[in-house]
Amino acid sequence: MSTGTDPTTATDDPGEAPGGARRGVYAPSRAAISAAHLRTDRWWLAPAATAAGLLAFIVYSTWRALANADYYAAPYVSPFYSPCLAENCEPMKGGPNWALFGDWWGLSPAVIILIFPLGFRLTCYYYRKAYYRGFWASPPACAVAEPHRRYTGETRFPLVLQNIHRYFFYAAVPVAVILTYDTVLGFRDEHYEWGHMGLGTLVMLVNIVLIWAYTISCHSCRHIIGGRLKHFSKHPVRYRLWGWVGRLNERHMLLAWASLVSVAVADLYVYLLATGVFDDPKLF
Amino acid sequence: MTHTAHFKVWRGDAEGGGLADYDIEVNEGEVVLDIIHRLQATQAPDLAVRWNCKAGKCGSCSAEINGRPRLLCMTRMSVFDPAETVTVTPMRAFPVMRDLVTDVSFNYTKAREVPAFVPPPELEPGEYRMMQEDVGRSQEFRKCIECFLCQDTCHVVRDHEENKPAFAGPRFLMRVAELDMHPLDAAAESGLDRKRTAQEEHGLGYCNITKCCTEVCPENIKITDNALIPLKERAADRKYDPLVWLGNKIRRRGE
Repeated sequence: MSTGTDPTTATDDPGEAPGGARRGVYAPSRAAISAAHLRTDRWWLAPAATAAGLLAFIVYSTWRALANADYYAAPYVSPFYSPCLAENCEPMKGGPNWALFGDWWGLSPAVIILIFPLGFRLTCYYYRKAYYRGFWASPPACAVAEPHRRYTGETRFPLVLQNIHRYFFYAAVPVAVILTYDTVLGFRDEHYEWGHMGLGTLVMLVNIVLIWAYTISCHSCRHIIGGRLKHFSKHPVRYRLWGWVGRLNERHMLLAWASLVSVAVADLYVYLLATGVFDDPKLF
Repeated sequence: MTHTAHFKVWRGDAEGGGLADYDIEVNEGEVVLDIIHRLQATQAPDLAVRWNCKAGKCGSCSAEINGRPRLLCMTRMSVFDPAETVTVTPMRAFPVMRDLVTDVSFNYTKAREVPAFVPPPELEPGEYRMMQEDVGRSQEFRKCIECFLCQDTCHVVRDHEENKPAFAGPRFLMRVAELDMHPLDAAAESGLDRKRTAQEEHGLGYCNITKCCTEVCPENIKITDNALIPLKERAADRKYDPLVWLGNKIRRRGE
């Protein structure tokens, strides 16, 4: 994915602009300092940890999404495969499998639905910061010179498409509703009897709470709920809701990571049950 | 508690310069600006530094300490290990004048490009009445002391001089947001669409929300979350959201 910057090639001098002029912090008018930055702290740690965390999730989720197996262990369904919209889905009693895509869909059914949460997170204001810094070094850290000759930010295609984040937010809400339904179905046992709860139910519960908290704390949600208003005093209910969303929004980064981990843990739990590594411990 | 600290201070002007070494006395409770003043008094009487209030309110003594944009008067010496070398340079996004003093006129040019508050035509001065909940958001932005540390750290102009004509920088995009959220600003009625101009004339699209402006703000203003992202969403309302466009056509919204 292009990030609106042109990477330097190995032969390029990062301090040199097209045409040979010195650029950025090396521009002739600026203080003559040969170092790209003078930071003495471990500024590289945060972008490196972010990149490693995101990379680990990408590898894990790609494997699980394309595996097309071991995603249902009654009564739990992996969040990667819910709702399951193709004919080739595993039958889930009362579960979220509706064969809207019919039998022509030969790929993993996870691919159909994951595009929405993926788009939501890819265009999320927090994740944008995370991958611009972690993967594209634009900038790698504050006051650390970036290794790109040109920068146009989000003014051009494809990055101007980040502006459709709100549409992915709209799509993320029904997905969260369906995952909530899955969690309710988790209050059954493996024979589909209601009124039971296992460790898996708890895992699904924590996951859905974090998914909702992350979805509602979204900056687009904050704008839609009330941020776009000019006169809060004329809309007291929306003002109050905006305040609540704002308090969650302050923790958007934390919730982004917590929900990313919880969704992977929920999927892993179902995978371990489905492959028979252990049986779901029953609470009642 | 007194110790001797090792300082490296950038000395020079637009023609060139470099880091000069100094060993200097540091006393308990002092800030970096105290040490710079002691250097002036004892070892480098011609050292140029811009300062005024020594209380973090005038925004004059912006510089970079160990590579991080900070106010000299609000950086306590106690945050450094006594054995650590403290490196002080001028802000690296602006043209240097002499030693620690930079030419920040870029910011004044950008300030002039933001159209001022448009008074509501139906109200006389003295008749303005606003509810606290309507002005609460803008009040956070009014804490800005215009130290320009956010402008200095923003990679859009720090690392790309060529973007300076097109990009207002976080401080002045925050000013656009402040005015667009102002309950009595009559810009829209006078034909000025601040949401659209934020994108088209002040370069909002260059911002990739990597939050360095927020990290360095000495007033702890949440520039990115409370000004730049809401402004991006408002610009998206205008330019990229057909549903909002349709809604605005059908009935007046966003009041």
